[in-house]
Amino acid sequence: MKTIIIRTASNYMLPLLLVFSVFILLRGHYLPGGGFVGGLIASIAFVLHAFANGLGDTRKLLHFHPGFLMPTGLALAFLSGISPLVFTGEPFMTGLWYPEHLPIVGNLGSALFFDIGVYLVVQGVTLTIIFTISEST
Amino acid sequence: MMPQLVIYPLIVQMLLAIVLMFVWSKISWQRTISIVGSILNLGIAVWLFISVWQHGSHTIQAGNWEPPFGITFVADTFAATMVMLTAIAGLAVSSFSAGSVIPARLKFGFFPIFHFLLLGLNGAFLTGDIFNLYVWFEIIIITSFVLLTIGGEKAQLEGAVKYFTLNILASIIFLTAIAVLYGLTGSLNMADLAAKVAAVENRTLVQVNALLFLVGFGIKSAVFPLYFWLPASYHTPPSAVSAIFGGLLTKVGVYALMRVFTLIFEVDPFLENVLIAVAVLTLFSGAVGAIVQKNIRKIFSYLVICHIGYMIAGLGMMTEVAIAGAVFYLIHDITVKTNLFMMSGVIYKIKANHNIKKLGDFYADYPKMSLLFAIPLFSLVGIPPLSGFWPKLSLIGAGWSTENYMLIGGILFASFITLIVIVKLWGEVFWKTGEKLPETRNFPYFNKLTGLKKTQMMAPIIFLSIVSLYIGFGAGNIQALSERIAFELMDNQEYINAVLRK
Repeated sequence: MKTIIIRTASNYMLPLLLVFSVFILLRGHYLPGGGFVGGLIASIAFVLHAFANGLGDTRKLLHFHPGFLMPTGLALAFLSGISPLVFTGEPFMTGLWYPEHLPIVGNLGSALFFDIGVYLVVQGVTLTIIFTISEST
Repeated sequence: MMPQLVIYPLIVQMLLAIVLMFVWSKISWQRTISIVGSILNLGIAVWLFISVWQHGSHTIQAGNWEPPFGITFVADTFAATMVMLTAIAGLAVSSFSAGSVIPARLKFGFFPIFHFLLLGLNGAFLTGDIFNLYVWFEIIIITSFVLLTIGGEKAQLEGAVKYFTLNILASIIFLTAIAVLYGLTGSLNMADLAAKVAAVENRTLVQVNALLFLVGFGIKSAVFPLYFWLPASYHTPPSAVSAIFGGLLTKVGVYALMRVFTLIFEVDPFLENVLIAVAVLTLFSGAVGAIVQKNIRKIFSYLVICHIGYMIAGLGMMTEVAIAGAVFYLIHDITVKTNLFMMSGVIYKIKANHNIKKLGDFYADYPKMSLLFAIPLFSLVGIPPLSGFWPKLSLIGAGWSTENYMLIGGILFASFITLIVIVKLWGEVFWKTGEKLPETRNFPYFNKLTGLKKTQMMAPIIFLSIVSLYIGFGAGNIQALSERIAFELMDNQEYINAVLRK
């Protein structure tokens, strides 16, 4: 797979796909999209990079084991779930919203952090599975 | 913060699982965090129980959506009791796993998964939404599948395939039943369903739906024709895993059956007959299965099936006395079965063998330990005044008053066979002069373990034995608790009012 075309393309595709995944993540508030799809797209970016440049390079690029994303994402989702308990005393998972409308992000609320948590967990799980499988072959 | 108490057991387990995932490769940290966290969890569960006991049911609406649209979490006395028992068994097994499970297995995330399993159990007990119940069941299945296969021995994988196939089938049937129910009523909130199902005109469909639920939960709780996955899988993983499985997993099915058939569906005479027939056959087949087995853990696996029969029997009779008996049995069974599987783990660590024909001399070598092991063994048989005796009294009494003589026969037969099995086990393992077993190389024998490990293994057995003794000697309190639970289950108006805030 290590042809010059795919290697060159993957260098451009990686940032593009990552930006697109963030776009999909933020879009998920009111339109199709969200953390799950965004996470899958982000992991596709890294898988493509791994196809083109080998697993070692992708691991170097990531700096840490992708499995580490799982607890991080879970923790973020968990914190956004319990934030209403801590701040306003409302039940678990109640959406807290920042009153002002922000550019790009739209309405900022605890739901966004939950979605970012999902984004990270999905990415962590997918990359761990794919890296493990491609290592063992 | 007080009204949020219902959600705390879930939050604590979730937090523990996440923290444990962060320290994935540091085994000794995981052991400490798991045990300390389980103690904390027990404290919260007791707090929840006391609060529910004093002030009645607690509910919260996740996401602050009005019922019946949001997901409700309800802690009535039954749910709070189950959460407390889960915390007790969870603490015991957490400590036991820290002592007995080899590091090679712990490295693959044993403790995080274990706490995810406890999270699933707590969720299943506390949820007031039938679809949410399904989600918790999925969490339980997935985590238990991982716990079953960690280590990857051939026998484990074989057991896991059977376990997973039948349990996924149960989930599909359960999901289908929910879909039909939703199609009939347009609601998923259990309290809301109670009124809406009663108003459905197509009674035949409701009855068929009730049977779908019975089959789905029946597979989970291992009742008569649907139990084959249990003895095929429970003896394969490490004893700590068998302990939590034997103690709690089948009981979630029983809990769900009790919940669904007291709250949502009216038990008509046909369903009553089905339940009683299933109960008698479960008692019979489990007992007969236990008597021919040679492997200690297989014996206990069959006894798990056998004793599920008592609880189904109580549910089938559908009187307050019978339900109280079933609930009492549930409370007794969780502590004793968890303890028995841990006990078999200690015996295995000492002798490196599971076969009762080959074991022996235990009483001569370890007299104090044998006396300790006698407590769960004879509590299981129900020799008065130990804990297994009292619920059977209620069940047989209820059997007389509802004239279910077959069922009384079944209950007596199963008790009798349990006695024979346990006496046989006692004779073979503890009293018999056993043959000299060859030493297995590289086996972590009990005597070679450090003092800390030994304590971590023995302390939970002592702890659960004390709980068992309390259930036996303080039977008055447990009976009062069971009667209150039975009253709340039979008269579901309080539950419905608590959820819908009428």
